[in-house]
Amino acid sequence: MASPRRSEGISKLTGRERYVDDLAIDGCWWGMTARSPAPRGRIREIRFGKGVDWSEFVVVDHRDIPGPNEVRLIELDQPVLAADRVRHVHEAVVLVAHPSREMCRRAIREIEIVVDREPPALDFRVTPSPDQIQYADDNVLKHLRIEKGDVERALAGAAHVVEEVYETGAQEHVYLETQGMLAWEDDGVVTVSGSMQCPYYVLNALIHALGRDEKQVRVVQTPTGGGFGGKEDYPSNIALHAALLALKAKHPVKIIYDRGEDLAATTKRHPSLVRHRTGVDSEGRLVAQDIEMILDGGAYVTLSPVVLSRGIIHAAGPYACDNVRIVGRAVMTNSVPFGAFRGFGAPQSLFACERQMDRVARAASLSPAEIRRRNLIRDGQTTSTSQRIDDGTDRLAVLDAALRRSDYDAKREAHRSFNASHPYLRRGMGLASFYHGAGFTGGGEVYLASTQHVAGLPDGRVEVRSASTEIGQGTRTIFATIAASRLGLDESDIVIAEPDTSRVPNSGPTVASRTAMVVGHLLELACDDLRRTLGLPKDAPGDAVRAAIIARLASHPSEELVGKARYKAPPGIQWDEQTYKGDAYGTFAWATYVAEVEVDLRMFETRVIAFDAVQEIGKVLNETLARGQIQGGVVQAIGWALTEDFVWKDGAMANAQLTNYIIPSACDVPPIGVEFLENPYPHGAMGAKGIGELPMDGPAPAICNAVADALGVEPTTIPLTPERLMDLMTEAGVA
Amino acid sequence: MKLLTPGTVPEATAMLRDSGGRAKPIAGATDVFVHWPVRVPADDEIFIDLSGLAELRPHRWTDDELILGALTTYWDVITDPRAAEEFAILVQAARTVGSIQIQTRGTWAGNIANASPAADGVPALMARDAVVELTSAEGVEQVPLDAFYLGYKRFVMKPDQLITAIRLPRRPHHFESFIKVGTRRAQAITKVGVAIAHSDAGWRIVANSMAPTVRRCRALEEALDDQAPLRSPNDFTPLLTRDLAPIDDIRSTAAYRLGVLARVLYHELAPVCGSVGPSGAAS
Amino acid sequence: MSKPQAEKIEIELTVNGQPVAVSVSPVERLLDTLRYTMNLTGTKEGCGEGECGACTVVLDGLPVNSCLVPTIQARGRRVETIESIDPSRLSELLDSGATQCGACTPGVVMSACWVLDHPDLCDSHSLRELMAGNLCRCTGYDGIIDGLAAALDASNQRPGAGA
Ligand SMILES: Cc1cc2nc3c(=O)[nH]c(=O)nc-3n(C[C@H](O)[C@H](O)[C@H](O)COP(=O)(O)OP(=O)(O)OC[C@H]3O[C@@H](n4cnc5c(N)ncnc54)[C@H](O)[C@@H]3O)c2cc1C
Ligand code: FES
Ligand code: FES
Repeated sequence: MASPRRSEGISKLTGRERYVDDLAIDGCWWGMTARSPAPRGRIREIRFGKGVDWSEFVVVDHRDIPGPNEVRLIELDQPVLAADRVRHVHEAVVLVAHPSREMCRRAIREIEIVVDREPPALDFRVTPSPDQIQYADDNVLKHLRIEKGDVERALAGAAHVVEEVYETGAQEHVYLETQGMLAWEDDGVVTVSGSMQCPYYVLNALIHALGRDEKQVRVVQTPTGGGFGGKEDYPSNIALHAALLALKAKHPVKIIYDRGEDLAATTKRHPSLVRHRTGVDSEGRLVAQDIEMILDGGAYVTLSPVVLSRGIIHAAGPYACDNVRIVGRAVMTNSVPFGAFRGFGAPQSLFACERQMDRVARAASLSPAEIRRRNLIRDGQTTSTSQRIDDGTDRLAVLDAALRRSDYDAKREAHRSFNASHPYLRRGMGLASFYHGAGFTGGGEVYLASTQHVAGLPDGRVEVRSASTEIGQGTRTIFATIAASRLGLDESDIVIAEPDTSRVPNSGPTVASRTAMVVGHLLELACDDLRRTLGLPKDAPGDAVRAAIIARLASHPSEELVGKARYKAPPGIQWDEQTYKGDAYGTFAWATYVAEVEVDLRMFETRVIAFDAVQEIGKVLNETLARGQIQGGVVQAIGWALTEDFVWKDGAMANAQLTNYIIPSACDVPPIGVEFLENPYPHGAMGAKGIGELPMDGPAPAICNAVADALGVEPTTIPLTPERLMDLMTEAGVA
Repeated sequence: MKLLTPGTVPEATAMLRDSGGRAKPIAGATDVFVHWPVRVPADDEIFIDLSGLAELRPHRWTDDELILGALTTYWDVITDPRAAEEFAILVQAARTVGSIQIQTRGTWAGNIANASPAADGVPALMARDAVVELTSAEGVEQVPLDAFYLGYKRFVMKPDQLITAIRLPRRPHHFESFIKVGTRRAQAITKVGVAIAHSDAGWRIVANSMAPTVRRCRALEEALDDQAPLRSPNDFTPLLTRDLAPIDDIRSTAAYRLGVLARVLYHELAPVCGSVGPSGAAS
Repeated sequence: MSKPQAEKIEIELTVNGQPVAVSVSPVERLLDTLRYTMNLTGTKEGCGEGECGACTVVLDGLPVNSCLVPTIQARGRRVETIESIDPSRLSELLDSGATQCGACTPGVVMSACWVLDHPDLCDSHSLRELMAGNLCRCTGYDGIIDGLAAALDASNQRPGAGA
């Protein structure tokens, strides 16, 4: 059956979709940001050069902030504009606005921020010296721990113990639309409109730092050209900047980041270091997993505690093991704050886990497939947080489907003779089995208590009012499908309201693969509530719903006809935040990915020549959209695994150009094969589980496992650039 | 900021002279315009737009030369079937430049004048013994491309000169090959590159991203001409370092560059060159 | 107010089949002229360095990055932008999932339509090579490549096509 077409697809394909920089606003000024040149220090002076006439500009610094100088998020440590000290290069210090964008550029060049440098902490892997301490007494932003069974005893009794350290680098989102915001004040209300994932995060940040009440601020999401987590928290900063300029200039002000500024100044994926000590018995069954995960948090707390949380919960992989210890910490450094990025800590810990599984397989003389087969969680067994898995998913079937689809065994066989005869090409197969928890971690969803509305319209159509945003993943299309199916209507009867905080309720952020599953399910419940409000039975057909809406609004034209739902945890879910025990997620998606690589030994280049992604995701709501999520995620992960290298200099990104930060082009990746298995989740919309982040987890370990298969060396660090592979092979004496 | 828009070459060279050599030519702008808005040109900058010089646009074939006008683009060469036959190395090199959107705009002359050590057009041209025609208000000068560069971003062309043509002798070749090791498979800056050509005039081995300028590896060329045995990639290294001086930068390392160039050359030449390969290999 | 730029130049060009006269700064990007002077905002800026192809337009029949084209070089020439594309040509791309966030999409569509107009390019180039100048961070490219392949097939089968 053909999937419903993306509802805004033609508008995007024809360039008619209006992104924030496409909005022409009368009297609009441009805003721009002057930034810290140093990773850490006291601001001694800000010099305004003579190259421009400053009387034409509006200039904003921290003294112009009406409320507290804090970006509201988990903690309040990040200033909207640095006041007396800076904690990272490119931290925002001064803002300028002018009717001409070019004049803004000239003005920024004329601003010199003089910083008395203090010793920065630049490497999260080394213990900071006393003069580098800037947070608590050890620069650790968050400590977390998971414990199950007795790890030391189990390790002592293990047949084989494998120890290794894995590292992953930062990653930039490279959403194709750079960050941008437009702000203006009208009748005492500040409106900010722009590119974002989470309108209510932005709203709360505005309320806080502008010292306004809810009625005096409004946030509207414009069509958003990609997010991947990069537009989860950072848009609050830009929104505040645009609002401060607009208030002072008494003009609308637009801030659109250049690509270079966006690359250099916004958040990125957390670099990680993960240590594994794994014990298996003589049959290759896991008896102990001892794991330590360290994340580079960057200069402020931002979202690091929750990224660490998801990271450690996924660190032991989709395996049954009675003795597990995972300790995690996120460490403050003087680089840009690391933030949300598709997968949220799980890709880092799963990279280590799935590379480690291959090493354990070799120690136990098992094949990579066999070690996974023996250890994959069976129904009735528990995860590292002692969450009992009982969902009826056949995880071995996922593994087998991936092996079959990729022709794993036959190809491995063929590679053996190919590798023996080719002068410089080597081929290999690698696999990764993994899982991804959908929705917020632990008690997160309960704490959020998201709400979702649907409203009847006078013509009988139904409007979905949600703060969940379309950022490319197809939210609008999926929501239309869910609402139409629940109410028995056509998708064309469903209208999706613009995410405008003055009209839509707080459905929580558009993150954590929660939109279709969690918010979509709320949408179903809101539809039920609408039916109830109309006095219709649960099975009333669509025609009856339509007729009842028309009748009700005809007889009560001034009434709002709204169905509402608020999140309640599914029955039986328990989570203890103190001990990190219990149901970390309502459910998991399960997957096995297989990569086939070809390494060219002339230039040590690794090329992925085939890729297969098999996953059980509850229910496929829209085949085209779901496949697109997987394929896009896999390719983004291929970039992270192989080419997206950060060059750091003094805590700043030295390769902040698209020509030097290398994301894959169409020529760098093979077609991505995708297969879905379905086992409907009763508490997700139409049975769906989240899928947005899942495809980020598996490719990097699968690729490195394939390189190990091809070459007999063990990559432990990504990105596995040709330079890094050359060093690895030289060290191993096989170059 | 000023823009000059000449309609003929004499007009253009007169304008260049009158500007005291300060006017900067713009051809396809694929170098000049990168990050344009962020650069904000100074108020007294002068640009001279070459796009109106119709006489520089086409490439043409004479009995013994292929002549690329200064406005000839990569795409012009890629889509000429005769070029694919006689100058396959140019087509190969052109197809590795950026993407099609760059190939349709970027010019061979701009690649030479931009003087990047990573330029991909230059090694292919140099391997085919290209001669650069320089024109100023004073007259015309012919400079072999392998004598064009003096150092990093420095060349013999004077500020009042324009490149008006690139001349390539038509000569049968026994072998030619262009290898680009880039940061990715398209839209990539070269980390290690080499153009190889063999004709009765001898071997030409021209490397890019291996020195402050694109450079011929003359020591290796001589060794190949003399059929000196080269049994492994390691045998190439001392010859290469005679002419090249790779560096560490944000894209790669000196060690990688040198090691990879030696390996690439070894594997490229072994099948076609009797003196290269494990000893005892058939010639 | 201080003068940001030198005085403007009047030029004439043809945009999407219509002759237009615009006044531009001497060295201005075609991308900015289209977006901010002519309000043709379908053409996007993704990088301003020629890498991403979001700004792709067709100039005298060839695809170019408009962020690297001085507008004055378009004088007297034909420019085709995304606004000229007939939506009926796009159904294969829509069905294959060629667009997600849409930021790369206008450039992708301009390149794809250029390939559709010159199917013989496929004899010398792979579809991935033809589309390599358009970076996309959402789709992983399959949606784009599959849609283009399907559109090429469909236009082959259309009566009178391939001439
Ligand atoms: C995204 C991207 C990818 C790229 N990829 C590659 C690549 O893979 N390989 C590669 O080699 N290059 C690459 N380039 C660089 C560029 O495209 C080439 O160097 C191109 O050949 C430059 O030609 P142009 O006509 O655009 O030069 P312009 O930008 O117009 O000029 C470049 C320089 O040459 C001077 N100049 C131009 N014409 C003349 C003339 N006739 N006489 C005297 N001086 C002149 C100009 O003043 C300027 O200094 C890339 C550029 C971009 C933006
Ligand atoms: S904006 Fe022109 S190529 Fe990216
Ligand atoms: S659809 Fe988002 S970048 Fe291509």
